[in-house]
Amino acid sequence: MADFASYQTFIVKILQPLAKQGAIVTEDTKLVAELGLSSLQVMELVEQIEDHFDISVPLNLLPDMNTAREMAQRLVENNPS
Amino acid sequence: MSLFDKFQPLAQLRADLQATAAQPFGAATEKLFSATEGIVNGRRVILAGTNNYLGMSLDPDCISAAQQALADQGTGTTGSRMASGTFAGHLALEQELAAFFDKSNAIVFSTGYAATMGMGSTLAGPGDVILLDADSHASIYDGVRLGGAEVIRFKHNDAADLEKRMRRLGERAANALIIVEGIYSMLGDQAPLAEIVDVKRNYGGYLMVDEAHSLGIVGANGRGVAEQTGVEDDVDFIVGTFSKSLGSIGGYCVSNHAELETVRYAIRSYIFTASSSPAVIASTRAALKVIQQRPELRTQLWNNAERLYNGLKNLGMRIGPEVGPVVAAIFSERDAAINSWKQLLEHGVCVNLVVPPASPDTNSLLRCSVSAAHSPEQIDQIIAAYAALPCNSDSAAN
Repeated sequence: MADFASYQTFIVKILQPLAKQGAIVTEDTKLVAELGLSSLQVMELVEQIEDHFDISVPLNLLPDMNTAREMAQRLVENNPS
Repeated sequence: MSLFDKFQPLAQLRADLQATAAQPFGAATEKLFSATEGIVNGRRVILAGTNNYLGMSLDPDCISAAQQALADQGTGTTGSRMASGTFAGHLALEQELAAFFDKSNAIVFSTGYAATMGMGSTLAGPGDVILLDADSHASIYDGVRLGGAEVIRFKHNDAADLEKRMRRLGERAANALIIVEGIYSMLGDQAPLAEIVDVKRNYGGYLMVDEAHSLGIVGANGRGVAEQTGVEDDVDFIVGTFSKSLGSIGGYCVSNHAELETVRYAIRSYIFTASSSPAVIASTRAALKVIQQRPELRTQLWNNAERLYNGLKNLGMRIGPEVGPVVAAIFSERDAAINSWKQLLEHGVCVNLVVPPASPDTNSLLRCSVSAAHSPEQIDQIIAAYAALPCNSDSAAN
């Protein structure tokens, strides 16, 4: 299983193209409040993570996944090595 | 911050609708001339979005049975199934449903929403896993959220994606609950049940199929997509509604698992609500008989579905992937869909408008549900109304 840093680095990387021109995505950039992602975009983001790491992300985790850092933390908790 | 701030997007949608003078949500049906014609918002129209697939809401046998029950047993049961609300008719309908589906057990619910939501929230709880198709109905999403199980969605109608997720579960897959629909309500496409059942056979688990849009419509006996696919023995739970092909209101779950009788006493949407009124139960029982006695209704429905699907396709419209009782035209622009809904009504055709977030993606839909009660001429009038739209749906090439 991947570690926290691997998850976080990957998530920040795939979020960057979704930011407005010139804006830098960090591990604490808020997906909805700052990047303005729709629920559909969040689901597409989750699918990319699932395919990349060969994991499934339960829908139950989504309310506590507001930033790349939170996403990485939840994924580590849900996929212990 | 106000309690009402979160409703701002809805308020904006309402304002947009008012600006076009369209009232697609909650349009009032003021008078019915038949199962397929009525007055909506003051205009005589062909009813093309009612889900009254077999015309049962105005079937003489169903009306007569309801009238008799109303006279004999009154307007309501005034109680839950668990208290004083179980009448002989509820028990008879459960037996008749079990016999129809060739299953050992059946539960009747007061609405289809209560059935799917109740089963989804009760069968799997904390520590369990549910895998559901991404395009599942809101009642399924609501139910699984309530139950507290781990919920994993798989790509719509993609058995390979389901297989991948079952593999990731390891030993937990053997106890997972897979939830799919027979026919999906938005685009009318059917689940690849044979492939989904193959996954279940390989990994174990339980399978629940919502046949809301396929009861009475698909299969040699009208039992749905599971029957047509020849996998009924592999489906653990079939749920559905009475409010479409049976023309009344209510829902059901049938199963060969004897444990369903115990589960019944744990389903909150079954316990903590009033049971269906005697008239509703009587008309549902009558409709279940009619659809078995008149298989030609299914043939008529499919002839109409094919005529409408091909008619819209020949107009160059972007529509769902296969012929079915639901025929949806897809619009990438929400406002174009809203304006088209209004123009269809002005041309004498009432369909359903679906906009995000109710639609499966960012597109909007103008959704027809075909009925056996439609005449071929009415289907042609529906096609002609779509043809007259100045603002067509996306082209089929998109």
